[in-house]
Amino acid sequence: MNSIILRTATRFLMPLILVFSVVIMLQGHNKPGGGFIGGLLAAAAFSLHALAFDPRETRAALRFDLRTIIATGLLVALGAGIAGPLVGKPIFTGVWTVVAIPGMGEIHLGTPLLFDLGVYIVVIGITVLMVLSLVEQEDAPASSSSKQEGR
Amino acid sequence: MTLLAIVMSGFVIGVLAPWVVRAIGGVAGGRAGVGAGWALAALPATIACFLLSHVPGVAAGRVLSESFPWIPGLGIDLSFTLDGLSLLFALLISGIGALIMVYAGRYLAGHPHQGRLFCFLLLFMASMLGVVLAANVLTLFVFWELTSITSYLLIGFDHRRKEARAAALQALLVTGLGGLAMLAGLLLMGHVAGTYSIPEILARREALQSHALAPAITVLVLLGCFTKSAQFPFHFWLPGAMEAPTPISAYLHSSTMVKAGIYLMARLTPALGSTELWQWLVTGAGGVTMLAGALLAMRESYLKRLLAYSTVSALGIITMGLGIGTEKAIGAAIAFILAHALYKGSLFMVAGAIDHETGEKSVDRLSGLRRSMPLLSIIALASGASMAGMAPLAGFVSKEMMLEATLRSPLLGWLLTGSLVLGAALLVVVAALVAVRPFFGDERPTPRHAHEPPVSLLLGPGVLAALGFLVALAPGVLADPLIGPAASATLGAESHTHFKIWHGLNLALGLSVLGLLAGVGVYATRSRWLGAASATRRLDGMTPTACYHGLLRFVLVFAESQTRALQTGRLRDYLMVIFISTTLLVGYTLFTRVDAPTFDNLAPFYWLDGAIAGLILLSSLAAVTAKHRLLAIIALGLAGLGVTMFYVIYAAPDLALTQIAIEALSVVLFVLVFRRLPDFRSLSTRAGKLRDAMVALAGGAMMTGLVLMATAFPHTESVASELAARAYPEGHGRNVVNVILVDFRALDTMGEITVLAIASMGVFALLNLRERPRTSPIRPHAELRP
Repeated sequence: MNSIILRTATRFLMPLILVFSVVIMLQGHNKPGGGFIGGLLAAAAFSLHALAFDPRETRAALRFDLRTIIATGLLVALGAGIAGPLVGKPIFTGVWTVVAIPGMGEIHLGTPLLFDLGVYIVVIGITVLMVLSLVEQEDAPASSSSKQEGR
Repeated sequence: MTLLAIVMSGFVIGVLAPWVVRAIGGVAGGRAGVGAGWALAALPATIACFLLSHVPGVAAGRVLSESFPWIPGLGIDLSFTLDGLSLLFALLISGIGALIMVYAGRYLAGHPHQGRLFCFLLLFMASMLGVVLAANVLTLFVFWELTSITSYLLIGFDHRRKEARAAALQALLVTGLGGLAMLAGLLLMGHVAGTYSIPEILARREALQSHALAPAITVLVLLGCFTKSAQFPFHFWLPGAMEAPTPISAYLHSSTMVKAGIYLMARLTPALGSTELWQWLVTGAGGVTMLAGALLAMRESYLKRLLAYSTVSALGIITMGLGIGTEKAIGAAIAFILAHALYKGSLFMVAGAIDHETGEKSVDRLSGLRRSMPLLSIIALASGASMAGMAPLAGFVSKEMMLEATLRSPLLGWLLTGSLVLGAALLVVVAALVAVRPFFGDERPTPRHAHEPPVSLLLGPGVLAALGFLVALAPGVLADPLIGPAASATLGAESHTHFKIWHGLNLALGLSVLGLLAGVGVYATRSRWLGAASATRRLDGMTPTACYHGLLRFVLVFAESQTRALQTGRLRDYLMVIFISTTLLVGYTLFTRVDAPTFDNLAPFYWLDGAIAGLILLSSLAAVTAKHRLLAIIALGLAGLGVTMFYVIYAAPDLALTQIAIEALSVVLFVLVFRRLPDFRSLSTRAGKLRDAMVALAGGAMMTGLVLMATAFPHTESVASELAARAYPEGHGRNVVNVILVDFRALDTMGEITVLAIASMGVFALLNLRERPRTSPIRPHAELRP
């Protein structure tokens, strides 16, 4: 797609959506949201980028291979689960600590938040992977494969 | 912690091995493999030294044990114990492991995947150590399966070759199937004994053997042992596994993995042994395996396959000894384990060294190598003499002990003795073929110019051959402190086994000499026997190998036909199957188990709800009857948004948010594939549409009934209120849905995101592969077919 309006709007919208997705992810433990929804939102932002610009530019903007991103997310989530056994509790037991920050009150930090971060990363990875694969198919010549899809 | 550390260190170092090779490659360049072999040998060598330091203690009757709770709810502990039997096996595994590391470093120097080889070897070693040190049957089983998996990776190391892949799969399937039978047997045994702890099970012999399930336990456990230790008729995977590079064959298939079944039989002898069933099964399998292995070896001329069949035969001898079950027989079996590991490991490494330096694998084309490789020929002769059972070597003493045991066997004494003499004679032929023939006679040209192998290839076979002398000539140093306690642990009582080289001029010695002379006679006249041996190839259609291939073919054909029937590749067929089966199953349960639905507990009607429901219905109808694809897509999206509205009204903001995000992304995906889709046509006939409508209505009716039932149930015992109450105090969160997802049921979520990740890999592969020319839709493992 080659639209100056979409490109300009995307430049402004991308950061906003990404920040919003992080907020949604972080607030998920107490308010509506969470890693899954946040991940979908962030993936929507990257999809917008891929539609407005070029999928190659989106891959460049992501810096890492999407498969690496997915694997990283899985590892982060798994790492959050391993924390339990390290302190002598069953696997995937939440481990929490309360940090007092002057002027801001207390913040509860725990491995479930890390786990949610893992979910967030995995969801971004798989959704963008699927969208980009399809976008790149769209760019490829359609001649040879269109016959196979008659069913 | 020490035993746990011994087992786990192999896993840790194994995973790091590829980086070790790379790091050493940075310093030493092309010689990375050799250096890494020496460096990584440090771990097994350290373990072996530690175990050696425990030899006097264990000989004095001390048993080292430790236990960590693993799954306490099921009575499964990660517990280890080091007694005489475990010590003997663990020493063989770690000691030979160290030699193999050095050997493999040189043998595969410069191979691009050498780091991977070290990784697999160390993982395998750690799994084997886990098997022989485990003190809980389920812990043992986990490590047992790990040895199957790592051996699969090792046999298939050269994975670009079809034969290597097929051999790896064959070994995995045969030992894996046996492992499944064994798991059933072990679980039954734990159930009957009331404990999964091995020492406690061994102490409950009476309860186990008087139980009605005792025969089933015996047969199932023995199936696992027989497949793993290549007993007839499961022996065929072992010669096949010779596709692996020689260091792997030398390690797995001479001294360690194939002995795992032997180990378990010995370990469980105090609990299951000396029943009539056990004696007949174990002795019978051992005797037949001994003869079958030795006879099959006669047809071979490749060094490694000769050794593989002779290994099958030797495993049969050990099994036979365990089956007889007298004090003498068990002592002889244990002694044979030690002697066999020493000479067979050495001979495998000799065979590999010959292949490595000359490029020739067949004994028929090797001759006169003693001039170009004098040291290797001395090592080969020493190990071959041990295998042939000549004094003063370990093989002689163990054969002598075995003959004495069979002579006094309470069961079929003469038959067993006669078979043993015959088997021993045939092993003499194999020993002569492997250790004498390549080195003597006239020199013959070989594909590569023959010269003495380097130190790292000579160290392993040399040390093992020297140990063959040591244990026979100075039994007090190593043999007696190892064999006595191991035999006692197997017997379940004090064993007076001694590794004596001179038993006097008795019948056993006479038979031993007779076997040796017969073997030499057969070897001298080998050319006359070859015709008879190859005549047996006509029977190959009826062998266990042929049965295995037939069974595999049957499974593949069956899988292919049922896949063709079920996997039509049409989305609507899949949906139809899902809807019909769900409706029938749920509907059946609703009809038979629950009272008819009532409309009594319905909430009052709200106009807003009614309007949304109407919107969803209308848009669904529009989607079904749409004449254009875009219209159908929009109508579907509208239905989805209608459902979202319900979520909003009934206070499920998380669901609503997710649904909106999914709907938005679906539209994006639709737009992307829009141009690629075929023309929007109505493919269904009138009857087909009628059928689809009936299925849809039935599905809707079932869901309505289900919802009505659900609302009819009282809500007092709801799990929801409990989760809501525990969310903040235990999960530190006010959003119960999220707390459930990331904390209470985090394991489920982990599974879900893993499935999603795998599914995305599938999408990625499908989209990137479809430009290729299309072949038959299903072609599973074409290489499996012989």
